[in-house]
Formats: sequence, C-alpha cells, structure tokens
Amino acid sequence: MKHIVSMLVENRQGVLARIAGLFSGRGYNLESITAGVTADPTVTRITLACQGDDLIVEQIKKQLNRLIDVIRVTDLTGLPALHRELLLVKVSAKPSQRGEIFQVADVFKAQVMDVGHDTMSLELTGSAEKIDDFIALLTPYGLVEMARSGLVSLERSRKTPLPGAGPARRTTRGGRTGQKKERE
Amino acid sequence: MKRSGASLLVETLKTEKVEVLFGFPGGVVIPAFDALYGEREIRLVLTRHEQGAVHAADGYARSTGKVGVCLVTSGPGATNTVTGLATANFDSVPLVVITGQVSRNMIGNDAFQEADIVGISRSVTKHNYLVSNRKDLGRILREAFHIARTGRPGPVLVDIPKDVLTEASAEPIPESVSIRGYNPVYRGHPLQIRRAAQVLAEAKRPLFYAGGGITISGASGQFRELIARTGVPVVASLMGIGTLPSDHPRFLGMLGMHGTYAANIAVQNCDLLFAIGSRFDDRATGNLKQFAPHATVVHVDIDPSSISRNVQVEVPIVADAGLFLEDFLPVVTAPSISDWQAQTEEWMRTRPLAEVPGNGGLSPSHVIRSIAAAFPAAVITTEVGQNQMWTAQYYTFHEARTFLTSGGLGTMGYGFPAAIGAQLGNPGKRVIDIAGDGSIQMNIQELGTAVAEKLPVIVAILNNGYLGMVRQWQEAFHARRYSGVCLNRAVDCPPDCADPGKACPPYAPDFVKLAQAYGAVGIRVTLPEEIRPALEEAARVTDRPVFLDFHISREANVWPMVPAGAGIDEMMNA
Repeated sequence: MKHIVSMLVENRQGVLARIAGLFSGRGYNLESITAGVTADPTVTRITLACQGDDLIVEQIKKQLNRLIDVIRVTDLTGLPALHRELLLVKVSAKPSQRGEIFQVADVFKAQVMDVGHDTMSLELTGSAEKIDDFIALLTPYGLVEMARSGLVSLERSRKTPLPGAGPARRTTRGGRTGQKKERE
Repeated sequence: MKRSGASLLVETLKTEKVEVLFGFPGGVVIPAFDALYGEREIRLVLTRHEQGAVHAADGYARSTGKVGVCLVTSGPGATNTVTGLATANFDSVPLVVITGQVSRNMIGNDAFQEADIVGISRSVTKHNYLVSNRKDLGRILREAFHIARTGRPGPVLVDIPKDVLTEASAEPIPESVSIRGYNPVYRGHPLQIRRAAQVLAEAKRPLFYAGGGITISGASGQFRELIARTGVPVVASLMGIGTLPSDHPRFLGMLGMHGTYAANIAVQNCDLLFAIGSRFDDRATGNLKQFAPHATVVHVDIDPSSISRNVQVEVPIVADAGLFLEDFLPVVTAPSISDWQAQTEEWMRTRPLAEVPGNGGLSPSHVIRSIAAAFPAAVITTEVGQNQMWTAQYYTFHEARTFLTSGGLGTMGYGFPAAIGAQLGNPGKRVIDIAGDGSIQMNIQELGTAVAEKLPVIVAILNNGYLGMVRQWQEAFHARRYSGVCLNRAVDCPPDCADPGKACPPYAPDFVKLAQAYGAVGIRVTLPEEIRPALEEAARVTDRPVFLDFHISREANVWPMVPAGAGIDEMMNA
C-alpha cells in the first residue's frame, strides 16, 4: 500500500542523500521525494511517497527516525491531509487544435503558460489522480515533454478547539524541536 | 585566542578524555599529526594499516566501554577504514574516526588522494560529517563523541579538509551538545515493563535470550541478579556471551547455527522468549517460520528498528538494557518452573558439546580448553570462522567485555588488531586472539605495531591449512569439492584436489619464523603434551607478542550445525 510520509529534517548538505541512500541500501520502494525549506531556514520539509506492506513501512519510518538529521517523521496515510502535485506539460497543438486544448485546460483549471507555433505548455496543480486524468486527456494530441514535481503534503488543520483549551490558537506544525514523535 | 583546527582537534580529544589514538599519517593530516608531536596526554599508536587502526580502536572500545578513536589521511587512508567502520556499526561499538580530506577548494576536482568518504561511509556509520566551516569543527567533534557513545552506540566519521585543520579561529569548544533530531529513549514504558513482569510470572517455560546490549549498557551485574532471583534459564547470542558466566548452572549456551543442543531445543520449546539487547540475527534464529513456535516474545532493545523486524513481538520495550533491568527488578515475580528447570538441566547433561576429535593433529576444543585453564581471566578476541565458533563454544567466559568478536559483519582480520586495542585498554590483563591460519594473515602486519608498543598479546593460531569454515560447508553440502580453501596449495597442485597428502607442505607460511622476524616470540605446537608448556612459556612473556602455532586436525568441524534455511532444532551432529 502507498504511504505518504512527511518529514522535517535539518537543512544541511547530504540529508537528501542519506534518505535516498537508506531506501536504495535497504531495498525499499521510493515512489517520489520532494524537498523544500520551511519557514525556519534551518529546517527542510521532505515529503516522500513509498510502497510496502505495513511491516516494511513501519521499518521505513523507524529507519528514517534513526537518522540523526531527521527531526520529525509523520505518516500522513489515513490522516486528513492536503496533497498536491504540480505538472508542467508541453503538448502538440496545431493552430486548429488549440481551442479544444483550451477547453480541457479550462475544465481542469489548468493554466496555459506558453503557446508556440505547434505546441502549447500548460501548468496544473492538483492531486496525483487529477494530474493522471489530465495527462490521459492530453495524450491523444501528443505529449512533447512533461515534468511532475512529486507530491507535497501538509496535515489539515484542526477544526475544533482542543478540549479544555482556551480560544482556538493556530499551532504551527513545522519547525518544532524536541523529541521525535511519530504519528501512526 | 585563535588556534588552528588541528590544535582544536587535539584539545577536543583531551576534553573527551581520549587516552589512546590509533593513527596512520598522510599528506592532508600532517597538520593534525604536527599538533600531536610531543603530546604526553594522548598515546599515539601508529598501526601498520588503517584497517588495523579501526579494529584496534574497536577492541579498545569493546573491552573498556570508552570511545575508540582513529586518525587517518584522505583517499586510501579513509577508504581503508570502511571495513572497520562496518564491523563496528554492526556490533554497536562507539568509535570516532577522523579522516583528513583535501582542501575545500579542491573537493570535487579529483584531487590527489581525494575520496568522497562521507558518501562512501554513509551506510556503515551511525552518522558522519564533512566539516565545511572551521567554526563548526568544535561543535561537530563534540557531537561525534556524543552520538558515538549514546543511544545504540556506533561509529561516527568526521572528515576534515586540510585547510580546516590549518585555519585559525577563536571559536571555543562547546560545553554541551544538543541535537534536536537525536533524543534516544533510555527508559522503558512503565506499562510495558509491568506487562513483561506479568507474562514472566505466568510463564511455565520461560527463557531469557541475552544479547550484546546487556554488555554495552554495563548491565551484566543486574542481569545476573535477575537470573539469581528468577532461576530462569538463559541462552545467549554470540554477542551476549559473557553476560552470564559460561559455567553458570542456568546458562544453556549460545543459540543458533552453531548453538548448543540445550539452547536451541529450549528456544523451540519455551512458552516465553524474553530477549534483552539482541536483534534476532538470522544466524541466531535460523528459519524464522520455525523459530520459537510456542513462545510469547518480549523484546527489550534501545533501537526501535530492531524490534518486530525479524520476529513479531508481543511485548516490545524500547529501553537501555541497564535502565530496563533497574526498573524491572523491583516488579519481578519469580515464576514456578521447577519442571522446566529440570528439563533444561537434563538437556545440558545428556547432550553437552562434544570434544572435537584431533585426527592427525591437535583437537581445537582441547587447545581452547587448555587456554581457558591457563588464562581464565583473559580478554579473548577471535577472527571469523571455525576459530570464532570453537572459542564461543569451548572457552569459559566469566565476565562481560572479555569476548571481542566480529558478530554481525563477520570480519576476518578483526581479532589481532582488536587484541592490540584491548591490550592497550587493559594493561593488567592478558589478551589472547584465538585465530585461524587464514584470518590471521588478513592483518598480520600489525605484528609491527604490537612489537613496537611492547604488547604481550598472545595469538593462538588454530592452524589447519584451510579456510576451515568454508571447507566445512564444502564438505557438508558440496561433496568435498574443496574449492579455493587450501592455504597450502601451490600452483602445481591438481585443480580438483580434495585429499591433501604427503606431498603437501606442512604449513604455509612459517608463523614461528614470521613472529621472530618481527621481534615477537613464535612457538609451534604439534603434540597434545606440548600445549601446556607452550601456554606456560607464553604466560612468562610480558614485553612482546607471542604467536602460538597450534597444528590442529586438518578437517576438524564445528558441531552442532544448523544448515542454512533450517529451523534451529534441525541440528547436524548435536
């Protein structure tokens, strides 16, 4: 089963190599990995998608937690979370086809980024499934080039105040220090 | 006050109370060696190979519990440490290995003696660092020692470019270390500890499975108290040997591939397997599907990733072994298990380890028992193969930290440099490497180190002219097709020889002459009546190493043996 794991790690050289090396060295299946700095410039958020049965994914999370540069590991699988991926796609488009492609883009709320003599470039953000569907619809025109960002994810915010807590206060989930906590 | 990186390095080693530094110089670490020149507080031991330096630091660390430290150069110096790092990483040994690196402006240019050692060593270290800023050097070195010795210990590599060693800066050495991503759990969850006590109290056939974690946390005293109070029988992994005396009435022996009959049968019949500081290695468990079929499993380990990896665990406890025992002892109720005790005693009495016959040579078990009689309180190291298994089986260990062996990685060539490190850390004890004639040749150059340091390390070579463990497998599973295992073989031997005979040389090389060439003592022993006098002579030597070349039976085997892939009760020749 596919798991989405969100991690906060030290923003240092070699951290991504440590994580990628852990997957290749132990034979785990890594589908996508994205990294970007958080509001705290010393902390990077890494979102990775991996495949495996429960035992393997449990091992993956434990092994990630063992890395000294990993501050926090959260398995978003089964948690309310926002998942987004970005697609840039260049599709063949003769002048006569542009209208149809504009319509498809409109339905998906994709942006037209560039129009050339016989190609068009489009941008779409959305779930991986939505992007898969969009690509499927564009394929008949001829895909010239495309780039997918891989998944980025965030846990959704709480909708009610904590029991016993005062007025709802926005909690930042990023950059918190202290003991590594793993959410099942 | 400004000082160079090299000077800060030496100051930090002193802050960390490093007494012995194993090293080998080279171009980019000359500034660090310069800072050590004339140094009285740190004993710089020049090994003859960087691999020897790391294993020596490892032997020092395992036998003393302190962090072992090495200093080597870039490129080949650094890559030569990889086997030592992997050995220490597998067996949770605290090391700090400092490698020189080419200057920062040359990194990535394929400079002379450049190697990306941080990339190369990433998967064989607990953590590693490339120091890119001089001002980070003090913090990184302190972190390296902290990470090496805390949690599940392990080796940490610090790669320091030459110009970081020479750059002056006024940054002080940090007083304390804080790493936000590294907070090992030491104390077990109280509820889980109570559950463990409950399942133990209710068990009819409980069994403790002692691992190296007990030794590492310095908890063998508490573990012995636990056994005294509960009377529960104990099996040990290879790394767990010494946590309980080998001749303790409740000790059934090592489990696994070359485990005792009593230990393996007890595992297969117990209703509670209570593992402390072990990781259920495949050599210990055999076929996992058949392992401990009737047992509830309690597993105490400091590394969460060791728990429920190979064996499903009913009561997992993430804790340091010593702190766990501190919390556990007050809540323990001794189970009533007199039938089970009687049963395990009967297995031990009726199916003890057999003596290895000495057909046409000495019996290895006789040699090892003689060593145990002559040196009962020695620190023992081994190489890997038959010598290692026979030592685990036949030497009588009394204390933790007296059996140093490469358990996880199985590194031939470990024992001799490890013995050198152990001797430096334990000047009052006798240190003996029980070796094979194959593995001793993998780091035999360290004779130079041992002679120069005047270390009375004894190397007992169990010489059978073969890479014996592989030969044993070829005998058992490959119809005696002895491929690539004969150490007496010469180019004019037939390619399909399986029966060494009269025309073969008696030995290769001449270890006695070799030892003498280095200035060590060499004694050849071919007859049983020569064993004791040779050991007595070795005991009298106190200022240089002794090589004892015991010519054992050429085709002696390690029994019992569980074939690869079989359940651990499917023992051959038990």
